[in-house]
Amino acid sequence: MSEAQPYPILPTKIDRRSDEYRGNYATNTAAVEKLRGALREATVGGGDKYNTRHKAAGKLLPRERVELLLDRDSYFLELCPLAGHGVPGHAPGASVVGGIGLVSGVECLITASEATVKGGAMSEMSVWKSGRLSDIAEQNRLPSISMIESAGADLPNQSKIFVPGGRGFRDLTRRSEMRIPTICLVFGSSTAGGAYIPGMSDYVVMVKEQAQVYLAGPPLVKMAIGEDTTHEALGGAEMHSRTSGVSDYLAVDEPDAIRLGREIVAHLDWRKAGNPLPRAVEPPRYDPDELLGVASPDIKVPFDAREVIARIVDGSRFSEFKPLYGQTLVCGWAHIHGYPIGILANNGILFSDSSQKGAQFIQLCNQSNIPLLYLQNITGFMVGTKYEQEGIIKNGAKLINAVSNSTVPAITIMIGASFGAGNYGMSGRAYSPRFLFTWPNHRIAVMGGKQLAGVLEIIQREAAGKRGETVDEQKLAFGKAMIEQQIDKESDPYFATGRLWDDGIIDPRDTRTVIAISLSAAYSAPVEGTTSWGVFRH
Amino acid sequence: MFNHSSPVSRPISKVLVANRGEIALRVMRTCRAMGLATVAVFSDADGGMPFVRYADEAIRIGPAPARESYLDIEKILAAARATGADAIHPGYGFLSENSAFAHACAGAGITFIGPSAMVIGLLGSKREAKLRAQGAGVPIVPGYSGNDQEVAQLTAHGREVGFPLLVKASAGGGGKGMRIVRAADELAAAVEGAKREAASAFGDDTLLLEKYIERPRHIEIQILGDHHGTLVHLWERECSVQRRHQKVIEESPSPALDHAHRLAMGAAAVAVGKAVGYTNAGTVEFITDPEGAFYFLEVNTRLQVEHPVTELVTGLDLVREQIRVARGERLTADNVPAQRGHAIEVRLYAEDADHGYLPTTGTVLDFRFPDLPGLRLDAGVESGTEIGIHYDPMLAKVIAHAPTRHEAAALLARALEHATVAGVTTNREFLARVLRHPGFVAGDLDTHFLEHHAAELVGLPLDVPRARRAAIAAMLAAWDERRRAPRPLQHVRPGWRNVGAGEQHVTFTLGEHAIKLGYRHTGDGRFAIAVDGEPLIAATLVSAQDGAVVVEDEQGVRRTVRVVRDGLRHHVDGLVLVEEPRFPDSAAQHTPGALTAPMPGKVVKVLVAAGDAVVVGTPLMVLEAMKMEHSVKATVAGTVASIAVAAGDQVAADQVLAVVTPAEA
Repeated sequence: MSEAQPYPILPTKIDRRSDEYRGNYATNTAAVEKLRGALREATVGGGDKYNTRHKAAGKLLPRERVELLLDRDSYFLELCPLAGHGVPGHAPGASVVGGIGLVSGVECLITASEATVKGGAMSEMSVWKSGRLSDIAEQNRLPSISMIESAGADLPNQSKIFVPGGRGFRDLTRRSEMRIPTICLVFGSSTAGGAYIPGMSDYVVMVKEQAQVYLAGPPLVKMAIGEDTTHEALGGAEMHSRTSGVSDYLAVDEPDAIRLGREIVAHLDWRKAGNPLPRAVEPPRYDPDELLGVASPDIKVPFDAREVIARIVDGSRFSEFKPLYGQTLVCGWAHIHGYPIGILANNGILFSDSSQKGAQFIQLCNQSNIPLLYLQNITGFMVGTKYEQEGIIKNGAKLINAVSNSTVPAITIMIGASFGAGNYGMSGRAYSPRFLFTWPNHRIAVMGGKQLAGVLEIIQREAAGKRGETVDEQKLAFGKAMIEQQIDKESDPYFATGRLWDDGIIDPRDTRTVIAISLSAAYSAPVEGTTSWGVFRH
Repeated sequence: MFNHSSPVSRPISKVLVANRGEIALRVMRTCRAMGLATVAVFSDADGGMPFVRYADEAIRIGPAPARESYLDIEKILAAARATGADAIHPGYGFLSENSAFAHACAGAGITFIGPSAMVIGLLGSKREAKLRAQGAGVPIVPGYSGNDQEVAQLTAHGREVGFPLLVKASAGGGGKGMRIVRAADELAAAVEGAKREAASAFGDDTLLLEKYIERPRHIEIQILGDHHGTLVHLWERECSVQRRHQKVIEESPSPALDHAHRLAMGAAAVAVGKAVGYTNAGTVEFITDPEGAFYFLEVNTRLQVEHPVTELVTGLDLVREQIRVARGERLTADNVPAQRGHAIEVRLYAEDADHGYLPTTGTVLDFRFPDLPGLRLDAGVESGTEIGIHYDPMLAKVIAHAPTRHEAAALLARALEHATVAGVTTNREFLARVLRHPGFVAGDLDTHFLEHHAAELVGLPLDVPRARRAAIAAMLAAWDERRRAPRPLQHVRPGWRNVGAGEQHVTFTLGEHAIKLGYRHTGDGRFAIAVDGEPLIAATLVSAQDGAVVVEDEQGVRRTVRVVRDGLRHHVDGLVLVEEPRFPDSAAQHTPGALTAPMPGKVVKVLVAAGDAVVVGTPLMVLEAMKMEHSVKATVAGTVASIAVAAGDQVAADQVLAVVTPAEA
């Protein structure tokens, strides 16, 4: 053990018997239950009928394939499990299971086609989710294992898929070029464009008498060149393993393919490039279960970010930076599962001082190669004459400049509000944090529904005034109610996660583990800060 | 009357033990206590054995087969010369009753710790021994022990003696070459088989025949004589609990004898000893019938395996007495010490009591007995010892001494039940069952005890709740082992999932029985476990250190279970649970109709050829292992498709010997 000065232990001020705590706990517990229900729904695949048929054919379900691929007792962080949730025409999960877990002791990005949903056909949302998973593998330098069984593109919707869908193949070969291995296990059909998934992968395993990999199937071949052929001759596992060389390994059955996949990972002799210092891991001193009583389900009611930090960091120890300055942004250092982390957590609206403090803190973390954790609970930057005159724009810009140009891994957790430019200043999705997760109580929009509707009302009244017209009060009230309802619906965490604005909604009590898995994954890649930034306006 | 050999003093300073295993250790312990230096001899198979390390000096005497090492007189004498040993203790078995060896020692000027070569030679012939006993007025079992050794002649003599009839090797002991014949038409085959076994075991196929006594008890008398004319008996040992004519449990005193019988048998034993001028330690074996009559069987001219029970009830160290006698000293006590309390010994064998007591092999992964007052452990092995095919499969003797027979039996049973002998199948649990059997507890014994009570003692159905507890313990121990292994995020809860439960599955098999476990770790060692698809039960892994797994059940009861893992084999409290591999070798094919070797051994004779028609039970070949013959029989009716081995081949356990194509149904 080093003689490093331990960070102070955060005190807690919560009262578990208070009405506020109990109210929060009850509401958040219900929200977590709702999340579990949604996740359960997303994991049933094509439903009993298709699952039974799939199993009867001697095949494993995608999640069973994942479980068998993972090391026994490995963790598995499923990513974007609710992509497509509530999006018309899409299944929750977007027909792809993806996540991070250990295979032969190596953190891998694992994907599996959801073959029981429309035969595993790729929808528009599948393309976006696959792209996101591909980004995660690339940015964090994770070997990837794709377990393929897909009918290909959802052809009636080809217009939404065809053009962006090409990216997947480019990603595969680019990762290969970056020396991030790509492994493809083919369990079933992988045809036409899909044939390039094995085609572009570094290692390919095909399951005997199941894999079918060809550019065009027998009907199209007949149509195109008049040749009579069979699936096996055209693209069977035996043919590809013995004749074409598209497959590197012939698996006798599904478990054998998975075993081969594990064997391939074992021989990569993989080492994480991030090279963190080994440290003792101390659990938090406060029960993470209390997060349900801490987090306010009402974005108008603030809560102390330090109470959250105390329940996710090692030993509840936190070395706070500039504690007396810019107090609406709590900054400081901690460890999570032994990994160092610099935390930026909102404790109110962003002002000029808090924005500048945040920008400086990000620079310091880059100087020392410390990853960043954004605990986002922000209704926005302060508005008003006084603040504009203080230069809130240029100071906010400093924060956004630092967030945008920072090169250490960043993880964002949305624990409450995510409104306005605050979303940007606190490393929202557009700022490409390595991982972004949300709590079930969080709300996200450019502004609240009431405020947005109010703003629209003022604008409409001003416009009517300019035209010398009187407003139709009834119509205006109706329109205001409608827009408020729409914005509220679109601020919902399920609306957001269904559209891939995040990597998943998590149970707040899992936050520490989710961050740990994300951080550890991030350390698979080199962790290097930058000293080059955009021009800061002073 | 014989003249006693001269009582000159022969100093001994260094003793070579011409033996191995527990007896070598036991002899050397006494030597150490007497201030004598010790020399071990060892074969290539035994270099790592505890007795080799225990000795002051150790010397390799040849390859594993006993003929080329422990039975090689020249090599043993050369070892004695090389180390300057002035005495040799032969232990039991091997050269202990070999008069040529005793003679050779004398010729080399080395003191042989045992009777004279002449007495060994004389009593080595069972016929001679019986004549001597008869001459001393000691009754013998009616029979034939003459020179007519042709199969036809022996068959005729056998008919005269009558049935049931016992056929056995004249030179043998330990049941080798022994047959019981109940009907005249079985006699010729039995004589042939016994001759073959006797020839292979002793190099002498001379047989003798005798009246077979129903419900006999085996009771033997320890005798001890010095070169000053003193010959005493040290009371009896009852050794009626036997399997395959080999002793399993021995005790003293015998629950069958009253004082008068005890004295009569002691006097008879002393009379036999005096008749031959016996010196040093020996055992006069008798058979008794339910009416109390006793018949002389033979004299074992050596220290017996079961000598500790006599030591415990008499307070004497028999090896010390042997050495004193060999040095020409007088016996410590020329009066017979009184019997104090009761002692029982069990022989812990590497064998499968549930499958015909077939010898087993393997590595002893964990060997420990509880430290209980009154318990003596004479072990030849320790954790890590390899049990091979070359020697007797006895691992240890466990002996309990208590004021009463009941207490001694309970103490010994408890010791066995709480012992761990992992890695090799042993008769540990079987022995505990025998000790707890009402018949044994009542002292209602005869040499067929184990056969008669086989239904209650062997092949018992699997205790499923126990097997499930063992499976849970094995699962938890393996889980803990994985948890401790280095990996990313060592402190994230194993099996953590943000979506779904991530239930882990493992299947264990115990013979034909499979136990399927599904488990979920819910944190801090707590588990929700589904056993064979039944509703979830809770269990908590309290700790797992050095193979001691502490599991708390739903009622809050904590139990410590010993678990030793050897690859996919989990040894849990006497059960062996074989974990199904996560990725079974899909390419591996099981040959239907294949007959495999039940144990490692040597093919003695192949009885059928490819193409032969066989029925269930047709003997296909004879295997020899641990000097016992076992026939490998067809398990299906059909045609022999192939014979994979030839006579003389050494085969490994589970090696395919022959393939029988089943006949069309």
